[in-house]
Amino acid sequence: MENVVLHVADVHKSFAGLHALSDIDLSVREGETHAIIGPNGAGKSTLLNVCIGRLRPDSGHVVFDGENLTGKQPHQINQLGVVRVFQTPEIFPELSLLENVMIPVLAKRDGAFKLSWFKRFSGELDARSKAEGILEDLGLGSLIGGEAGSLSRGDKRRLELAMGLAQEPRLLLLDEPTAGMARHDTNATIDLLKRIKARGMTKVIIEHDMHVVFSLADRITVLAGGRIICQGTPEEVKADPRVKEAYLGEEQV
Amino acid sequence: MNKMSAISDWILFFGFAIAVLTMPIWLAPFGANYPDLMQRFAIFGLFAIGFNILFGLTGYLSFGHAAFLGIGSYTAVWSFKLLTMNVLPAVMFSILMAGIFAFAIGFISLRRSGIYFSILTLAFAQMSYNLAYSVLTPITNGETGLQLTLADPRMIDAMAGIEATRTLPTTNLFGMKMSGMPGFYFCAAALIIGFFISIRIFRSPFGVMLRGIKSNQNRMAYTGLNTRPYLIWAFVISGMYAGAAGALMAVTDPLAGAERMQWTASGEVVLMTILGGAGTLVGPFLGASLIKYFENIFSAYNTTNLNQIFDFMPDSIQPYVVDIAGLFVGKGWHLTLGLLFMITVIFLPGGIMEGVRRIGLLFKRNKKNTVDAGGATPAANS
Repeated sequence: MENVVLHVADVHKSFAGLHALSDIDLSVREGETHAIIGPNGAGKSTLLNVCIGRLRPDSGHVVFDGENLTGKQPHQINQLGVVRVFQTPEIFPELSLLENVMIPVLAKRDGAFKLSWFKRFSGELDARSKAEGILEDLGLGSLIGGEAGSLSRGDKRRLELAMGLAQEPRLLLLDEPTAGMARHDTNATIDLLKRIKARGMTKVIIEHDMHVVFSLADRITVLAGGRIICQGTPEEVKADPRVKEAYLGEEQV
Repeated sequence: MNKMSAISDWILFFGFAIAVLTMPIWLAPFGANYPDLMQRFAIFGLFAIGFNILFGLTGYLSFGHAAFLGIGSYTAVWSFKLLTMNVLPAVMFSILMAGIFAFAIGFISLRRSGIYFSILTLAFAQMSYNLAYSVLTPITNGETGLQLTLADPRMIDAMAGIEATRTLPTTNLFGMKMSGMPGFYFCAAALIIGFFISIRIFRSPFGVMLRGIKSNQNRMAYTGLNTRPYLIWAFVISGMYAGAAGALMAVTDPLAGAERMQWTASGEVVLMTILGGAGTLVGPFLGASLIKYFENIFSAYNTTNLNQIFDFMPDSIQPYVVDIAGLFVGKGWHLTLGLLFMITVIFLPGGIMEGVRRIGLLFKRNKKNTVDAGGATPAANS
């Protein structure tokens, strides 16, 4: 469990003079669920964007499993097994649910580019059954042939999660997976994430909902104003006065 | 479900092939069953089907595809001049050459997307046009256009013992002359092959990836897919289609001019694709045929015809009506095209194919209603 898979080393990022991230040092161990919490504007999403190559840090670097991710293209980072699940669903609205999930399945199987123009997409039976299984698992099994754009907001978020899982990531970055969900959907998502955890997938999760954080996380990093103010097990973080001041206190008000 | 869709694709393919091959019969009532016009249906249909692989699937709007049409024509004529009057090598070389140029232009243009991509392709096409028109005169014969001459070497023909004649030789397919009806059937065969490849691409994993790019290109990158080679291949394939279409133009009439590469020609294929229905299989061919058909009909009218048509009107109005109608015919037929295009885009944004789909839905609903009214089979709805 002590193997560090993701190491964020001394990362700085500023936007027009505003320090979004300063001195970020973070290690995620293999198999753990690492939660990143903090008030709005703390830099949580920026940190994820740095990890997946959407943003380039001003200094410092991100290392995943011995590979430096800094400067790599988003698709290269993804192919290494670092997959992000977006907060606002980034789906393919004009495509069917099955196609939405089969694209990541094929991306995992065939790599970043494959010119298979003579095969039939619907004849990719292995990929198809895998995608169907994942959709079934997330309760979207009955909507498989429908257009993704016509889904409800909650279902879009589940589809987004399905697309992430379809890639069998080594490191899954979840950006507020339960934001805007009803309580019972939230619980269903927690159950699902617990099941994934049992499979040994490493996860980094950004979350506002403390119920979700404390039921899933092995370790927690607290960000405020672009800096790490506290890091440790849920119990340690709960007990830390700085966290109460910066975040939990605010939440209770 | 998988088998069903495969079967319906075969039905579509054979239906298309039969419809194209029997054009000489069923186009007779429309007065459009002469080879020259049907060749244009097939050639521009092929051009539009290829264009649709780029525009319809990826959403990247190229305004420069006429460049590849022109390159195809020049290459074919050079093949006739230097090697042989047989059309097969000419078509092959044209496809190859257009593919090479498409790779070069696509490689640079695809660094940008949206309007910037369109402008880049437009700029490249206009550069090609100007090069062909002036700078590259030794290769393109500039203003006059590239033509066959009696002095052409035609090396393969010479080796095969085909003697030079006193008149200009004609294009042929292993001896079969490629003018008139055989010429049409050759173009039709090329169109059908092109349509088949288009179906395969649409239904393949590659095609779904292209649709994914159109739907949400950013997401493709965060799904581990490198969109650039996908786009470059789509661009090259559609460029090759344009090259083949250009070659067929030279096959039916062995000369090539720079005006084929002008931006109006690039714009025309955009209109054809949108009019027929971008992203559909049959739509681009329908759009191309419709535009070529109307061009043929409306551009043939002149004032004398119009005077005859509006003869029934009182003399006081008739000249004015003829004057106004005269704007829309003859050389002004583009005005008619513009109106047709506007009406289609406003009322049927998905083109002719959306109209077909809506009519299909209407029929289905009617059927359903009658079943409901009968009330005999409540399960029929599911």
